Amino acid sequence: MKKLLKYFKGYYKESIIAPLFKMLEAMFELLIPLVVAQIIDNGILKNDKSTIYIMFGVMVALGVIGLSCALCAQYFSAKAAVGFSSALRSSLFSHIQSFSYSRTDKEGTSTLITRTTGDINTLQTGVNLFLRLFMRSPFVVFGAMIMAFTINPKLASIFVILIAALAVVVFGIMLISIPIYRKVQSKLDRVVANTRGNYNGTRVIRAFNKQSDEIKDFGERNRELTKIQLFAGRISALMNPLTYVIVNLAVIVLIKQGAISVDNGIISQGQLVALYNYMSQILVELIKLASLIITLNKASASAKRISSVLDTPSDIPFSVNKEYSDGELAVEFDAVSFSYNESGDPAISDLSFKVKKGQTVGIIGSTGCGKSTLVNLIPGFYHATAGNIFVMGKNVALYDKSDIRSMTGIVPQKPTLFKGTIRSNLLWGKSDATDEELWEALSLAQADGFVREKEGALDEPVKQNGSNFSGGQRQRLTIARALVRKPRILILDDSASALDYATESALRRAVSNLDYTPTTFIVSQRTSSIMHADLILVLEDGELVGSGTHDELIESCEVYREIFNSQFSAGGEAK
Amino acid sequence: MKKQKTTSSVKTFIKFLRYLKVYRLHFALSLLFTAVSVALTLYVPVLVGQAIDAAVGVDKVDFHRIQTILITILVSVLITALLTWLTNVLNNRMTYGIVQNIRREAFAKIQRFPVSYIDSHSTGEIVSRMTTDVDQFSDGLLMGFTQFFTGIVTILGTLIFMLTISPSITAIVVIVTPASLFVAAFIAKRTYSLFKRQSEIRGEQTSLIDEMIGSHKTVAAFGQEKEVQERFDKINTDLQGASLRAIFYSSITNPVTRFLNSTVYALVALFGALTCISTGGAALSVGMLSSFLAYSTQYTKPFNEISGVVTELQNALACAERVFELIEEPIPEDLSDSAPTDIKVAGRIDFADVSFSYSKDRPLIKHLDLSVTPGQKVAIVGPTGCGKTTLINLLMRFYDVDAGSISLDGQNIKDINKSALRSSFGMVLQDTWLSEGTIRDNIAFGKPNATDEEIIAAAKAAHAHSFIRRLPKGYDTVIGESGGALSQGQKQLLCISRVMLSLPEMLILDEATSSIDTRIEIRIQKAFAAMMEGRTSFIVAHRLSTIKGSDLILVMKDGNVIEKGTHEELLEKRGFYFDLYNSQFSHIDS
Repeated sequence: MKKLLKYFKGYYKESIIAPLFKMLEAMFELLIPLVVAQIIDNGILKNDKSTIYIMFGVMVALGVIGLSCALCAQYFSAKAAVGFSSALRSSLFSHIQSFSYSRTDKEGTSTLITRTTGDINTLQTGVNLFLRLFMRSPFVVFGAMIMAFTINPKLASIFVILIAALAVVVFGIMLISIPIYRKVQSKLDRVVANTRGNYNGTRVIRAFNKQSDEIKDFGERNRELTKIQLFAGRISALMNPLTYVIVNLAVIVLIKQGAISVDNGIISQGQLVALYNYMSQILVELIKLASLIITLNKASASAKRISSVLDTPSDIPFSVNKEYSDGELAVEFDAVSFSYNESGDPAISDLSFKVKKGQTVGIIGSTGCGKSTLVNLIPGFYHATAGNIFVMGKNVALYDKSDIRSMTGIVPQKPTLFKGTIRSNLLWGKSDATDEELWEALSLAQADGFVREKEGALDEPVKQNGSNFSGGQRQRLTIARALVRKPRILILDDSASALDYATESALRRAVSNLDYTPTTFIVSQRTSSIMHADLILVLEDGELVGSGTHDELIESCEVYREIFNSQFSAGGEAK
Repeated sequence: MKKQKTTSSVKTFIKFLRYLKVYRLHFALSLLFTAVSVALTLYVPVLVGQAIDAAVGVDKVDFHRIQTILITILVSVLITALLTWLTNVLNNRMTYGIVQNIRREAFAKIQRFPVSYIDSHSTGEIVSRMTTDVDQFSDGLLMGFTQFFTGIVTILGTLIFMLTISPSITAIVVIVTPASLFVAAFIAKRTYSLFKRQSEIRGEQTSLIDEMIGSHKTVAAFGQEKEVQERFDKINTDLQGASLRAIFYSSITNPVTRFLNSTVYALVALFGALTCISTGGAALSVGMLSSFLAYSTQYTKPFNEISGVVTELQNALACAERVFELIEEPIPEDLSDSAPTDIKVAGRIDFADVSFSYSKDRPLIKHLDLSVTPGQKVAIVGPTGCGKTTLINLLMRFYDVDAGSISLDGQNIKDINKSALRSSFGMVLQDTWLSEGTIRDNIAFGKPNATDEEIIAAAKAAHAHSFIRRLPKGYDTVIGESGGALSQGQKQLLCISRVMLSLPEMLILDEATSSIDTRIEIRIQKAFAAMMEGRTSFIVAHRLSTIKGSDLILVMKDGNVIEKGTHEELLEKRGFYFDLYNSQFSHIDS
């Protein structure tokens, strides 16, 4: 958590000035009881009105100075808190962006989102209050003690004991409640997850008439949340009464001892009032502190959650044992194995194949056989657990991330579009593309037709997740986005599944006639989509069970033949 | 406009009182305890003042009197502490209890929303109402309970005590204090627009974060991290400026009111001291002045707090309103709820002159007539957006027809109990939704009392068994948010297992096998065919190979059935279906 301190950089001055001014303000407040003692001892008891007027003037002057100090403090602390959280937010966001696919899978997106938004806001409020008050309160408390010493050291020793007792109570309660507040947060996360899951699954839940079970389930989590909230509340609720008792016990002792001192002529009545006033100031300060501590507890829980993300390395460690290979090949897999987590079975095991530049590779196989995993390994989204992958003769792991990614155009299984316009989405492929280039890509992707029909054409707005386009339209737009950059390696990961056959075959023809002849990988369930490829890889349970052209595989590969026949039994004879 | 706003927050407050009613005993006790503890808190300075007066000077100290006073102080302090703690506990209980009830009610309400509502409101919006709004409400409420009432009692109490000591000096305090309220109100008005600006920018930033982190993989695939970061930083800088202004201007309130309070304090000291001198301590002793000074600070302090609490409460009410809106969303009355829940289904389905549209200006299905005999296998094909899925939505009563009727075994489905109707269908959708929990829980979703054997048998029939077995924990593998590391196809297999286990009377497959390879698909279909022998089923699919064996194929275009018949009949017609069918072999021809 200490690491977060570096985000105060550039605001050191403000972070120091703010509490300093706050202390100045407190110092002027501490002078007030002395002034009142003056009024009593020199004014009232000596019947001296002029002293009273002067002291009144002093008090007003102290108030004005206090006000200006406070305003400075508020400004600088706001500036430091906001500056700090902006820098932190930016760096957190950038860190999350640098996460590898494995890391994103592991952390889960929704918690990353809450940490970048809610947690940082909570922390900002905490920092702001901290700068303003947390330095002030101890200062007032210790200040009051020191002032008490100037009046009478013997009576002031009561203050020392008082402060020690208060410190034990305040910090004790804080230490106990911080972990509980963290638990509250994680219970809340579960309530959120439940709500979100339920909402997204409405149709299925209703189809199975599970509404009442869902309500029961939610009720359970909701109750758990309430229980822990109440527990946390009960502990924090101790703070006020306990401190109140302690301070008043001190007051009782003070008056008792004070009375003896007055009786012996060691202190005056006015000085006793002053001592009592200092003790009252400590009490007032503690009440402020108690409400502050709740905020700080929350802020520190948030700070922990934020720094745990920042401490997470962007990538899961991997090793490289061979750096270069044949530069004539576009892609080479050399005994590659990969598993998504340490304990699970490998998603891909001992896979080797070579692809020449400009070739088209079809990848087919049963569900969950590792097709998507294979293509995700090519641009280095995931790192091989064993073996080596070479792209253009260089080990993928050695590439600069941005180099390898600008070389490849990938169309993922799930078509993701972003809020903006059609144009802004396409420009992701190539930021300086001309309109002509965009239309060319759209027409290759068989998307020019419906884009032209839209009122805004290229500037037609796209809603979040592209929700204003149909599944097939989204797929074609994501294909166009990949084609805009004229990639050297094009990867289509089952990205035509929502297209009808006529559109898909037109798309396929367009891609195979590209003048810059990219090396193309096509993942598909449909034999018709890949049967024309130069090389077809047949996967089963993460292993390569056949590779070659369509004609070769029909002859030699049992699995491939079965897939083919299942789709073309109309014209086939094998059934 | 402003008045409207006030009445609506009054209404919200009244609704809130309904929730408070459950806790009326807690509330009454909390009020009582607060009143007693505040009174005692205020009494202590009086006692201290008396004790100080008993210690006037050298050899003039009345120790006996001081002793009695100190014991009284001790007792009242202990009582106060106990009562304060109890009040805190009571307030916590009320607040979190009310919040729990509201949340539960909102969630239960969502279960009854028409699907059209859910389709038109984003998850984020609902989640934010259920969490952020409810939380803000509870924070505000708790603060209100603890500070508002304490504040008011303190003001009244100190006022009474001050009046008993010196009415004339009290007058000074009472006249000057409201000034701090005016200042607070003035600043709050000015800062409102600043806060609004801040939350606008914050909203913009949140939606960027949501979008970009949510689709992080795509961002990374296109190497757009830098561009996205630039956009983020730009908004972030705007936010920084707006936040600084909002926070600073709103934080002026406190120092200013504190300054006014210390002025009051100084005035009390001045006039108090002058009174002491002029009356020679008869009307006002030094001890009384000391008590009075203590009161004057206690009196002014709640004013600051209350003005803070009022803003907090307003915010809480605004949040509560958004939650209540959700709870009070009207739900169209459904007469079928009272219909009998056990129905016998033969499986005859008739669409009679059905029309339907999602939005008034874009009609989708127009005057559709259709008859399906029991046990028929019906396939629906056609280009994207032609209304295939809509038919399913209508059959399951996720949406209701605008005109015409759909009947099951001759009975209008509007008159059949909705739950009974839905459970007679087994449904697998393209959009694979799995609930959080183990694989086992998910397969047994429709039949929670299923035995392990049944679950494994269903998984085997759906060809999911082999991949499940290979997972680290097999059937006990926990599926996280949105399915975790399962592939799309694997998720579909689980959804199919789910239906296989529940053994429905009719079946709906909406692109249920689109991410599954065709070999497995054929095996699954065989399993379905065996299971559905004699049961009516509806299949929506792109792959025509999937549906060739159907008894009836409906070809839809633009919301109409343009062709219907068996595979062979439709090929003979040489119409739309013929073209569609041949296009998938186009590559072989070329």
